[in-house]
Amino acid sequence: MTNPIEAAARATPAPIARRVRGLSDRTIAWLFVAPTIFLLLAINIFPLIWTVRLSFTNYAANRPNREVEWVGLRNYTRILTDDGIWANMQTTAHFLVWTIFLQVVIGFTLAWLINRKFRGNDLLTTLIVLPMMLSPAVVGNFWTFLYQPQIGLVNYAVELVTGIPASSFSMLGPGGLAKWSIIIVDTWMWTPFVMLICLAGLRSIPDYIYEAAEVDRASKWRQFWTITVPMVLPFLMLAVLFRGIENFKMFDMVVLLTGGGPGNETLLASIDLKREAFEKWRTGYSSAYAIILFVTVFGLASIYVKALNKVKER
Amino acid sequence: MSAYSVTEPSKASKWLAGLLVALYTLITLLPLVWIISTSFKTGPDSISYPPKVIFEPSLEGYVNLFTTRTRIAAEDFAALPPPETWYDRIVRDQGMVIAGQSRFGERFMNSVIIGFGSTFLSIFLGTLAAYAFSRFKVPLKDDLLFFILSTRMMPPIAVAIPIYLMYRELGLSDTHLGMILLYTAVNISLAVWLLKGFIDEIPREYEEAALIDGYTRFQAFRKVVLPQAATGIASTAIFCLIFAWNEYAFAVLLTSGNAQTAPPFIPTIIGVGGQDWPAVAAGATLFLLPVMIFTILLRKHLLRGITFGAVRK
Repeated sequence: MTNPIEAAARATPAPIARRVRGLSDRTIAWLFVAPTIFLLLAINIFPLIWTVRLSFTNYAANRPNREVEWVGLRNYTRILTDDGIWANMQTTAHFLVWTIFLQVVIGFTLAWLINRKFRGNDLLTTLIVLPMMLSPAVVGNFWTFLYQPQIGLVNYAVELVTGIPASSFSMLGPGGLAKWSIIIVDTWMWTPFVMLICLAGLRSIPDYIYEAAEVDRASKWRQFWTITVPMVLPFLMLAVLFRGIENFKMFDMVVLLTGGGPGNETLLASIDLKREAFEKWRTGYSSAYAIILFVTVFGLASIYVKALNKVKER
Repeated sequence: MSAYSVTEPSKASKWLAGLLVALYTLITLLPLVWIISTSFKTGPDSISYPPKVIFEPSLEGYVNLFTTRTRIAAEDFAALPPPETWYDRIVRDQGMVIAGQSRFGERFMNSVIIGFGSTFLSIFLGTLAAYAFSRFKVPLKDDLLFFILSTRMMPPIAVAIPIYLMYRELGLSDTHLGMILLYTAVNISLAVWLLKGFIDEIPREYEEAALIDGYTRFQAFRKVVLPQAATGIASTAIFCLIFAWNEYAFAVLLTSGNAQTAPPFIPTIIGVGGQDWPAVAAGATLFLLPVMIFTILLRKHLLRGITFGAVRK
């Protein structure tokens, strides 16, 4: 005997059944994903394609009525042979390498200390994390106050600790300190990020591995290098990936701290790009510049992710 | 305590570690403490050397933040009636009179509108997409997910050029709607990735039970999954809100008057002869404080949020 409900269901015309049962899973899946994809296509991919198109022209956004000429690869060859841009790339690399180095060293050390699980470590972790959640622009702007020559807190602290007179140097002025000043602020802000990820790595190591090593009479030093470091490495590499991508794009904090100065000492690629695009209005040229930067970061990140996956597999 | 454990650090090493971390915490919080304390200083106190740690607190910074002031001729100044309100008095003590309201309140409200608007939209779209990615067979699922993530790698300035041109055509430049859509597009990758992680953790059996009970798929989503994912949705929302709140590059390039948010505005606060540091600090304090509170509320999900769900602890 057939179930009366089933019989009724079979007898119902398909469109009404769909309304009663609701939409099919496949339709729901598409309905749910489509708006997101559409938004990303409209506000990310379409502009990106437009940037590619503009990069082959001499278009200038502040002169929309001028005739637009196709210039082929001229923008690209001009950028790749420009000494100024290579200098900016070096400035960016200097910033990138030093911030990542300092954040990894300090961040890992902090995580390693916090992992001793002393009393109050939760509270301190929460407090340490605060700087990285704040607006880089607002904080960067305030650091110019801390870095004021003669009256700033930083100069005062240096005089207090080392005895070097506060009026004898300027953190953001000429004298070569500015490129270190931006590294200090970035390290202050983002060390907690590396620390949190390292801490997760350290906490993922099960105790029994250390117990086994202890039974085998491995020294603490050996345990550190053969257990702790390799087990945290994938986490650390992930942190470096995130910081690398972010700092390659770095704009807000540094632009408010130094604006690229003094001279071009802290002129990171993205600050230079902003000047070309929105101050000199060389739209075509800066589109090519943007594409080169995007390809660079995407390429480097892809190679890096491959390396990261190899480490994870080990 | 029970037997000696090889993995439990010794008391001395715990003590030393705690001391070093506490020292780091003190140093790293100093700039934040300095922002807050500067906001309660008077102009001369804020730039005295050596820096003043103990000072008489004043609301001058906050008053200057919300007002514009002007100097008037000495004889007119002397002829003024005595100040009526406490803020009048603070401005008068600086030798000036209030000329009007500053734009800080407006900029702050813009930040609130754009922040909450884009957060709401990212969470709405993100939850739907995340649910679909978590529960259904979406064709090219992994590629789509990676595509969503990769949009985050683009330098903002790189897409800012065509967005600037596009918004100029569509009349969206310098509007709340334009900024909300833009921040939603930036945040949606984070929202989808985080929410997918949270929804993955909800057992499918709950929905299956609901479906057997005669719920439609959509009802099961609304009445079973959403309540279960509430904590995850809330913490994702806070991350989206913080990002939109802090964003500077798009804001400075695409807004000027109407829809400008607070981050591009605060650095432009100037007083007589240079930046008015107590007012800047007051603006920064009001702007940063909500984020500090949210961070403390979020601390359990922090790691997940900052790594796009890659590290879950």
